[in-house]
Amino acid sequence: MHKQLMSGNEAIARGAFEHGVTFAAGYPGTPSTEIMEAFSRYKGVYAEWSPNEKVALEVAIGAALAGVKAMAVMKHVGVNVAADPLFTVSYTGTNGALVIITADDPSLHSSQNEQDNRNYAKFAKIPMLEPSDSQEAKTFIKIAMDISEKFDSPVFLRTTTRVSHSKSVVGLEEPAVSEDRRVIKFDPAKYVMVPAHARVRRVVVEKRMEQLKEWAETFPENRMEIQSTAVGIITAGMSYNYAKDVFPDYSYLKLGMVHPLPEKMIRTFASKVKELYVVEELDPFIEEQVHAMGIPVTGKKVFPYTSEFDPGVVEEGIKAHKRGRKSPPAIPSRPPNLCPGCPHRGLFYALGKTKAFVTGDIGCYTLSFMKPLQGLHTCICMGASIGMAHGMSKALGEKGKGKIVGVIGDSTFVHSGITPLLNMAYNKSDAVIIIADNRTTAMTGMQDHPATGTTLQGEKTKELDFAALAKVLGIESVRIVHPLNIKKTTAVLKEELEKEGPSVIVSRGPCIFLQRERLKSIKPFTVDIDVCTGCQLCLGLGCPAISWKKEEAGLVPRTGKKRKGFASIDKTLCVQCSLCFQVCRADAIKSAGGPS
Amino acid sequence: MKDSVTSLLLAGVGGQGVLLASDIICKVMMKAGFDVKKSEVHGMAQRGGCVTSHVRYGRKVYSPIAKEGDVNVLISFEKLETLRYLNFLKAGGRVIINEEEILPPSVNLGETAYPADAVDIVRHQFKDVLVVNALDLARKAGNIRAVSIVMLGALSKYLPEASPDDWKSVIGEEFSEKLVPANLKAFDLGRETA
Ligand SMILES: Cc1ncc(C[n+]2csc(CCOP(=O)(O)OP(=O)(O)O)c2C)c(N)n1
Repeated sequence: MHKQLMSGNEAIARGAFEHGVTFAAGYPGTPSTEIMEAFSRYKGVYAEWSPNEKVALEVAIGAALAGVKAMAVMKHVGVNVAADPLFTVSYTGTNGALVIITADDPSLHSSQNEQDNRNYAKFAKIPMLEPSDSQEAKTFIKIAMDISEKFDSPVFLRTTTRVSHSKSVVGLEEPAVSEDRRVIKFDPAKYVMVPAHARVRRVVVEKRMEQLKEWAETFPENRMEIQSTAVGIITAGMSYNYAKDVFPDYSYLKLGMVHPLPEKMIRTFASKVKELYVVEELDPFIEEQVHAMGIPVTGKKVFPYTSEFDPGVVEEGIKAHKRGRKSPPAIPSRPPNLCPGCPHRGLFYALGKTKAFVTGDIGCYTLSFMKPLQGLHTCICMGASIGMAHGMSKALGEKGKGKIVGVIGDSTFVHSGITPLLNMAYNKSDAVIIIADNRTTAMTGMQDHPATGTTLQGEKTKELDFAALAKVLGIESVRIVHPLNIKKTTAVLKEELEKEGPSVIVSRGPCIFLQRERLKSIKPFTVDIDVCTGCQLCLGLGCPAISWKKEEAGLVPRTGKKRKGFASIDKTLCVQCSLCFQVCRADAIKSAGGPS
Repeated sequence: MKDSVTSLLLAGVGGQGVLLASDIICKVMMKAGFDVKKSEVHGMAQRGGCVTSHVRYGRKVYSPIAKEGDVNVLISFEKLETLRYLNFLKAGGRVIINEEEILPPSVNLGETAYPADAVDIVRHQFKDVLVVNALDLARKAGNIRAVSIVMLGALSKYLPEASPDDWKSVIGEEFSEKLVPANLKAFDLGRETA
């Protein structure tokens, strides 16, 4: 068997391919994104970026209904968006196979919250598997598909960032040959969820969970490893590895399936060990159920509720002693920043000058909340900027006139900005909405979406026209600006803020990562230090290429005026976007071939 | 084969090639017959933030990340980043530092200062400290993007489990034909400094 180093995400894609999964729909979101990207490259599969997770799940439900093995792929908060179809597809069942992959993000490495999606399994009455490394990721996607077919139920596969993004050794197998089971099947009692039908299916769901509970008792991936019986640990997913790392000799009940739990197996395991722990990140999901079985167990009394674990956290919890943690020396932090040349920088620089309150959204542009731009003042969930801007503007009335702006990225607008924009037209809003259109889903690594003109599998396709759409929705004032032109952008902002009624501004400039060709022939800007007055206006852009050099009571060589220092441009980072050139009042910034 | 697990921690800034370097280490150690795991957090890293990657190998590896105070070698691609992750290092652990400085935003804005004595702080706590001018050596090798390979060259000297040929064969597979010679040269130059 050929062995390969694979991330959990790549392994899920590989496992799906090997098992004859031919259909996947998803929306990007760290840490799930690479599952779709890797899967889409296999031969003979269909994979699409849907505009959001609700659509992705519905697309996958349709595919499963048509008899294929399908998966819907998303990050943890994506399941919130997809929750509506989720709770009812649990009733209808799936005909083919349907696996929903939820990639959770303990420690919020790149998320707005830390929700534990195991709760969805219980809430929606859907079984859930949880792999602990890449080999298991590859195996579990296959088992999940099989469970889905066997029990006519959607199945969750849950990963966490550490499983999705760690790499470990995986044994590759040849793809199995699967028979063509595609059908069109009419079965209204099963698929038309009117109350009369749903009441019947509701009972089927409970029966199915009972059967799954029984099945879990003999499921080989729920396994006991009995060694020293002094301590027994019930665990699943990545936490299993952390515990094994520090306590190789204790006994384990390693759960491959976290919902429903194998009660008899848990009782047997508990009876074999003197002291029982549950080691699980985030919510006491397993622990509470073990408590409810009347079994004494220790969990969140000694382990944290928040953040991901590591071997040290598990060791501390069980040994009940604190390691002498050395706190790292106080050093400057290194937060992520908008790239040099990022079009969002021009937009937020101009926007900052208006002193408006900016309801924000999620994407690279969210980073403009930081100093020095401080250009965005809220971020809750994808699409929230538009509804919030409208709500604030309505509530403030005259007080908010010309002061409320919503900013939303292009991918985010397509994801969930269209309905709230329609609402603004319908309910006669007065706020200004800016679509920060950098022609890609940048934050998650440059994925296509319905306004880029290309599909996930690289085909050319229709390209959504934001301005035309806004007009059709009923927004009369629609403008397009290039955000790297500060003067023009500032002027358009001012005009739109003064107007009555809702406006949309499409701030259109491609992400720097889409400009490979241009980047090959950059002539970086330089600071003429004989002229720089040290006014720091250019530093207000927060460009990583511009830095401040202190000077002891210096004078500007050209004029003899006092200055405390001067600006400097790192020529390896500058991409000649010219924003600093535009803001400099002293004419101190020059392009290599003279001012551009 | 020894039972214990060796833990490495690579640290740097987005764009420096930390992830590529850790992939290469894993492939080399896989070839040498070890079980290997690595872990890093992507996502926001691309936008100039810190990037770290844990690599662990041994007969059987469970956790892809090491606990604090358990890392054998810290390989830091940027001087300041060394300090941020120093507490992961074992007592008596080894440090390899690229002396390149990449200024964080608050230093750019003049709000904080870049620590002038980073290497001294490290030397004060650890004996085995190697400082490499990886950018310079990469330039000498003919490709300024080969900084990460220079660092691997230096590291390879301290990992006797794999021979230089093991490393070179993986590097040969990792790059397009055109880029291989400069990267092999970068590896040699790095190894010579160690
Ligand atoms: C429901 C949900 N799905 C996915 C994500 C992950 N995510 C965060 S921002 C973003 C898209 C950003 O793209 P865009 O709006 O075009 O802004 P850009 O990063 O390009 O500036 C995604 C997919 C999320 N936070 N929430």
